[in-house]
Amino acid sequence: MKTEIIGLLLQIGLTIMLSYPLGYYISKVYKGEKTFLDFLSPIENMFYRICRIDPKEKMNWKIFLITLLTVNFVWFFWGIILLVAQGVLPLNPDGNPSQSISQAFNTSISFMVNCNLQHYSGESGLTYFTQLFVIMLFQFITAATGMSAFAAMLKGMSAKTTHNLGNFWVYLIKSVTRILLPLSLIVGFLIIIGGVPMSFEGKQTLTTLEGQEQTISQGPVAAVVAIKQLGTNGGGFYGANSAHPLENPSYFTNMIEGIAIMLLPMAFIWTLGFYIKKHRFALGIFLVMLLPYLSSVSIAVGQEMRGNPKIEEMGISQHSGSMEGKEIRIGAGATALWAMSTTVTSNGSVNGMHDSLTPLSGMLAILNMQVNCWFGGVGVGFMNYYIFIIIAVFLSGLMVGRTPEFLGKKIEAKEMKIAIIITLLHPFLILCGTAIASYLAVSDPQLASAWLANPSFHGLSEMFYEFTSSSANNGSGFEGLGDNTNFWNISTGIVLIISRYLPIIGQIAIVGLLASKKYIPESAGTLKTDTSTFALMTFVVIIIIAALAFFPALTLGPIAEYLNL
Amino acid sequence: MKKENHFITPDQLKFCLKESLVKLNPKTMARNPIMFTVLISTSIMFIISILVLFGYKNQGSFVYNFLVFSILLITILFANFAEAIAEARGKAQAESLRKTREETPAKKIVDGKIINISSSLLKKGDIFECSIGDIIPSDGEIVEGIASIDESAITGESAPVIREAGGDKTSVTGGTKVLSDHIIVRVTAQPGESFLDKMIALVEGASRQKSPNEIALTILLSGFTLVFVIVCVTLKPFADYTGTTITIASLVSLFVCLIPTTIGGLLSAIGIAGMDRALRANVITKSGKAVETAGDIDTLLLDKTGTITIGNRKATNFYAINSNNLNEFIDACILASISDQTPEGKSIVELGRNQGFIADQSALIGCKWIEFSAQTKCSGVELRNGVTIVKGAMEAICQIIESNNKVFPNYAREISHKIAENGGTPLVLAMDNDVMGVIELQDIIKPGIQDRFERLRKMGVKTVMVTGDNALTAQYIANKAGVDDFIAEAKPEDKMEYIRNEQSNGKLVAMMGDGTNDAPALAQADVGVAMNSGTQAAKEAGNMVDLDNDPTKLIEIVEIGKQLLMTRGTLTTFSIANDVAKYFAIVPALFMSSIPALKALNVMNLSSPESAILSAVIFNALIIPALIPLALKGVQYKPIGASAILRRNLFIYGLGGAIVPFIGIKLIDMAIATIL
Repeated sequence: MKTEIIGLLLQIGLTIMLSYPLGYYISKVYKGEKTFLDFLSPIENMFYRICRIDPKEKMNWKIFLITLLTVNFVWFFWGIILLVAQGVLPLNPDGNPSQSISQAFNTSISFMVNCNLQHYSGESGLTYFTQLFVIMLFQFITAATGMSAFAAMLKGMSAKTTHNLGNFWVYLIKSVTRILLPLSLIVGFLIIIGGVPMSFEGKQTLTTLEGQEQTISQGPVAAVVAIKQLGTNGGGFYGANSAHPLENPSYFTNMIEGIAIMLLPMAFIWTLGFYIKKHRFALGIFLVMLLPYLSSVSIAVGQEMRGNPKIEEMGISQHSGSMEGKEIRIGAGATALWAMSTTVTSNGSVNGMHDSLTPLSGMLAILNMQVNCWFGGVGVGFMNYYIFIIIAVFLSGLMVGRTPEFLGKKIEAKEMKIAIIITLLHPFLILCGTAIASYLAVSDPQLASAWLANPSFHGLSEMFYEFTSSSANNGSGFEGLGDNTNFWNISTGIVLIISRYLPIIGQIAIVGLLASKKYIPESAGTLKTDTSTFALMTFVVIIIIAALAFFPALTLGPIAEYLNL
Repeated sequence: MKKENHFITPDQLKFCLKESLVKLNPKTMARNPIMFTVLISTSIMFIISILVLFGYKNQGSFVYNFLVFSILLITILFANFAEAIAEARGKAQAESLRKTREETPAKKIVDGKIINISSSLLKKGDIFECSIGDIIPSDGEIVEGIASIDESAITGESAPVIREAGGDKTSVTGGTKVLSDHIIVRVTAQPGESFLDKMIALVEGASRQKSPNEIALTILLSGFTLVFVIVCVTLKPFADYTGTTITIASLVSLFVCLIPTTIGGLLSAIGIAGMDRALRANVITKSGKAVETAGDIDTLLLDKTGTITIGNRKATNFYAINSNNLNEFIDACILASISDQTPEGKSIVELGRNQGFIADQSALIGCKWIEFSAQTKCSGVELRNGVTIVKGAMEAICQIIESNNKVFPNYAREISHKIAENGGTPLVLAMDNDVMGVIELQDIIKPGIQDRFERLRKMGVKTVMVTGDNALTAQYIANKAGVDDFIAEAKPEDKMEYIRNEQSNGKLVAMMGDGTNDAPALAQADVGVAMNSGTQAAKEAGNMVDLDNDPTKLIEIVEIGKQLLMTRGTLTTFSIANDVAKYFAIVPALFMSSIPALKALNVMNLSSPESAILSAVIFNALIIPALIPLALKGVQYKPIGASAILRRNLFIYGLGGAIVPFIGIKLIDMAIATIL
């Protein structure tokens, strides 16, 4: 038990240590300063030339957003076409069939929005070609899309007065060539050493000890897994994600993959500090994010390692923790840590079944996604936090008797309006979605039993989780929910699109609006945003908004379940 | 003006109670989205109560439903009452000013003839006359004459002031009294359109517009309200799915308790109170926005004269070269200064008069004045008998004397030097090219002004002194008074230039002025305070008028602006922090009967679900009147730096806001439990 906890601490400590220099490096990449990967410039320039991109073009926030949205729209069709045609395309040693149009539609959207909600099993639903040129490609470019938006935000925040948020294409390509690709190579290499397959051969057949024949799916797994973890994507090669023994064979690979989940989201906070030259500000944010992360980890680890009292009553030993839905090679503690890491970031990969988490851990997983900015997705995590900063700045600005300003820019009605819409969006999508599902489940009990593995509080949690995961672009499932039906495909699909693009549009709009405003130099009366008081203020704002919006629903779900335990 | 000390008079109370009901008009309520949703909730509860009375099932007893309805109604009434009180107080303040000028006889001049009419019939552009003892019937500008005027009716200051045609002190205010002489005045405002009338309209709400910060805050609060609409509406299907029944009364109560009714109910009262506080400081604001902007001021332009120093430079001492000649010297000083209309010249005559010397009028007959000119840099008089007396800067006099082959006495040089060292200005006087002595002029820095500048610095406001002095003297006084910057040898264009420059750096600038040549700068400044004594042009250009003509008033105005924003911020924080306790009161109460395990969330151990819900709504209603005094008085501003203020306010209103309702709701619950 002790070694288990040491392992967890080591993993978290390593991640934080690695994230700091990485954050510094990323700030240099986005600033366009010299880095040791500059030898890649000719390749990048070749891309610009082929695509007729002028890398020196300056974009204001509107052009930036139009570019971002247009290219995403194109990718969406690229995804659908390849998935529908995959049966006749090369690299299909197992002869897997093409996806139906509705399934392709769902898959393409889900990967385009960096959510990776999967309504198929990778082993049979995809070919190696689509694994690589839809799934893996999207995992690179959609992560890079979020990172580019973040880079634009940095540019807007650091300038005194500007209309220029930088060039989307340059950010996008550099995010891939300078950040995601090198890191994926390292992670991929490490997990290959750990035993994750990387080949283009088809299924292998082997005879088990029982003498039965079993076919084992394989393929270019390591390549997909590396970027799946690094880019807060989460869509696994196999249906069982990182709980699958070939996607995550050992404690060692589990640790590498676990570090990869948190690495970039943490690094981006340091990047912020280096880029806008406000280290105390970044440190404050880092700590505000770290604290709830660590708290949720300690509660979840404690809950999972303690076991489930109801099962203990049945005479099943819980001395190694609550092992339902968990892998023996990973253990209860490391599964709990992963569950928290994957939900604070919008990763969504799993190494155990979240449906089997004890109620409090389940609730924390939901709550983490409802907040959606304790580190959050690559790039977009801070962008979500930024909205809360705007609200915190507004409240505390008033409290010190001055029109609220953030980094020298006045926050006025227009920015407030956008911030409020974005803040409202998340509870709106989650609560309304779950409410509609609940209503349907009540009015048609047959439908309810088809959807839900469990009735009552846990059933509510399952529906609640699905919408929360979609709205947070997380992509993990509570499971226990028959989600491959029209209702769930369509409703979560809508939620996915809205919850991905509206916040990015709103956040970039606020940054663009603020960036073009007149810069006001700091005075003794100006609210300082790099103090612990302000960090605390932001923390309280986030907690209060999330808690207030979701507390009643959580009460009827996991809290009621916990108290009935 | 008499300061109103009591909080509210019985008459006002009666008015406010009536007004609270009048304001229930949905049209009026729609101005405030938060309270409007409460109105809708109240209506829903009214309908439910009636339905229950006629046998609608599963919604609890009629008494319970009706109680919830009544408390919600009272919540709205309290909010309306808060607004009504703020209006009543502001209006009372403004009325007491307006009363002074109602229905006085006016001597209107038409074609050179005087017609007696009532002041209310005076129109803009009319000309009227006032003599000793007359009450000035309307705001206006003196076109002819000079008079001393008692403005105590407006400013409370008993010392009379001089107003005269031409120059910067031409304005007279209706209701003030002419103490001496005779003036002819042109009316500058239509009846009902004076600044005071505008201000009263502003307070009354008809023309009250939300300021930018108020709009942004309303958006935030509406957002919070909308979140809770979603939370409460979706709770119903959740409860249905888990097999829990929720009454409509509980859902409505949950909603009303969670939305920020406290700040929503007090928001307009806070805004009005801000203007009212400005009025109490004898400042008429032309918009609520101006008060708010004052809180954001980064740079403050202050005239040296009257703000930092008392009046103009004053003669403080006569130093005769030959001490036996002192009387003769002082006589000469007076003679040389009597026609000198500069403040310095006047102060020399005054100092002489104070020492018992009066100008010999006979000596002045047939004399020739020597006007100050740029060439000679001195002024004086040539008497009938050919004797010339000149006074001027040491260098100028020295030059004249030496050009007449006489010696400039060393003693005069020594005295001059000593005076200059002490920040004073020496003025050398010579009669027929013989130096008679030196007059010392001193700037007297107002006592306590250093502390006020220190206070401003801590607020983050940069102070800039504007003066006509040369750079050296300006530097000396700037250092002594502790201002951050100064504009020496300032021309009106320099002020303008400075303001533009600061503004282009993103700073907000406030200034005070009175003269017509100040008008462009007053208009350019973000907060321009015109003195009431100033010209009409200046008053039109600024966005506030100071009735006291007190240049240090700007400091108070900045604090009033900051208080206004702080009061809004802290009460919002308080209101939102309250929700934590309300959740712990209502949420367990909602589900306790269906899901007994949720009793564990009933941390306050409230006696029953009904009493828990009633306690929460009662607390929610009571907190509004409890906070009215704070909303009207404003949260105290202390210049301790932004971070310290934030810590302090977060502690008091954030933490306090989280804890107070736990205690309050528990107490109300205990009271309800004993009654039922």
